[in-house]
Amino acid sequence: MTTATLKPRRRLVAKTGLIIGLTLGGLFAGLPVLWMLSTSFKPNGEVFANPPKLISENFSFDAYTAILGNGAQLRFFLNSYIVAIAVTILTLLVAVLASYAFSRFTFPFAKTINAVIVSVQAVPPITLVIPYFGLVVALGLYNTYPGLILTHMVFTLPYAIIMMTAYFNTLPKELDESVKVDGGNSWTALWRILVPISVPGLIAVGVYTFMISWNEYLFALALTRTDDMRTVPIGIQLLMGQHSYEWNQMMAMSILGSIPVLVLFLIFQRRFIGGLTSGAVKA
Amino acid sequence: MTSLTVEKPPPAEPEAPTRTKNTLAKRLVPWGYLSPTVVLIVLLMVVPIIMVISYSFRDNVIVQENSVFAGFANYTEVLTDPDFLAALKNTFIFITVSMVAHLLLGLGFAMMLNSGMLSGVTKAIFRVVYVLPWLFTIAVIAVIWRLLLDPSGVVNYVLQTLGVISDGVNWLGDPGSALWVVTFVNIWSGYPFFMISLLAGLQGIPGELYEAASVDGANPWQKFWNVTIPQLRPVIISMAVLDLIWTSQQFALIWMMTGGGPLNSTEMLSTFTYKLAFSEYEFATASASAVVVLLLTMILAFFYVRQQRER
Repeated sequence: MTTATLKPRRRLVAKTGLIIGLTLGGLFAGLPVLWMLSTSFKPNGEVFANPPKLISENFSFDAYTAILGNGAQLRFFLNSYIVAIAVTILTLLVAVLASYAFSRFTFPFAKTINAVIVSVQAVPPITLVIPYFGLVVALGLYNTYPGLILTHMVFTLPYAIIMMTAYFNTLPKELDESVKVDGGNSWTALWRILVPISVPGLIAVGVYTFMISWNEYLFALALTRTDDMRTVPIGIQLLMGQHSYEWNQMMAMSILGSIPVLVLFLIFQRRFIGGLTSGAVKA
Repeated sequence: MTSLTVEKPPPAEPEAPTRTKNTLAKRLVPWGYLSPTVVLIVLLMVVPIIMVISYSFRDNVIVQENSVFAGFANYTEVLTDPDFLAALKNTFIFITVSMVAHLLLGLGFAMMLNSGMLSGVTKAIFRVVYVLPWLFTIAVIAVIWRLLLDPSGVVNYVLQTLGVISDGVNWLGDPGSALWVVTFVNIWSGYPFFMISLLAGLQGIPGELYEAASVDGANPWQKFWNVTIPQLRPVIISMAVLDLIWTSQQFALIWMMTGGGPLNSTEMLSTFTYKLAFSEYEFATASASAVVVLLLTMILAFFYVRQQRER
């Protein structure tokens, strides 16, 4: 009897505790982001106003127009798009071929090569950036798009191959074998059958690849020199030095620089998280 | 160095073998598909690692035409450098504190989101909010927190209003607090990945296990320790080792928030090595430091691989 009367009460306490916990966690996660948004709409003089205000009376888009009206800042965006899109296309292309080999063929050293690919992910970028600098200078790729695109692939390719192989493994082999029965070879089986039905997997891998390249910082810093070759993350840093802390513009630039990743994530959230956890945790 | 990759011609194209039913050609088919990957791995991994090891045993590399053999001199220089030892200590604190906090926050948030008491919409909204910090690039996270932590910023305002501190604290300018502050920011930016993985892990635990525990009269606390934790153990361990590896590679956050200062208080192995190479142009010494970093990472990676095998 007593447990029956206690239960709804305990449940209410538990639920209240849960809501409080969730809200505190939400504030911890969300408030810094909200403050960034708020600051981007303030005049710079009011950024450190005391007491702080979430929405200024002088609310304006000036910081955004300042960034978007500045050719040098737009160039950072152009560079980031060129590099990230090229990295995504090349990574998908190379990864699809490699994953096909791992998923559909048995060949000597397959396990060894797979282990090497997995271990590439652990190699510290700071160890690689020094020889990359030497290599990129020697190849004449210093301060160029190809230099950045090529080096970014060391991060994106292992993930993409692991995730795509896992995806191909979920597809029945009978599918591509039916093409071979009809006289087609493995190449046609890959491009006519496997790739078209793997679009969800390709999207998840592509989104992740784009994010890695868009966010990459160390190689972009060390392997480019002139402002016209810098990407968005470096652009944000340059803004920090150049304009003696135009905080509102820095926040506007940060938001504009985050939009591609935010949009991609929100659209593909479910597929993306599914692909990521299956690829990363089972890797 | 590039000749290394040229010497390894990509094997036959995949079209040829099937036409000629030749078994040798057939055996080459998978290698045809793998060839771009093999070329890239050799160019981006094998060659650079050989290069950095050879740099580390030489002097005057990259910046001068003629480098000379230097034996272990670069290693002795790095390993006896007090700044390197400080960086090693800071990196150790930074990665272990971050990992423990990532795990606790990630598990706490994942369990709240997995609770049966919430509606689907509430869960979806909170999940997006909780993932937010992870969606911003480190450069953005660094500037957000520099804004918040500015001596006249909103963090000091809130703490002063609450009476926690009396004067504005220069969080990033004080050698006593800077390391803890960058660690905190790293915790904020990194827990969502733990949360997502642990949430997937929680959803994979069969409900019957909890039902059986209920039948045995277990309370929620006992269920947590006897069902949840043992079931999540493999995910927790691999995430923990991966997190140590990733956090040890963190460069952008430190570089943009403190640059390793003040007074080396936030110097990490990554920033120390970067400065040697790209600020002081001591590429040979930097290479020795980079090889030490690689070896330390390999120890962690070894544990990760062993853990994966046991699963």
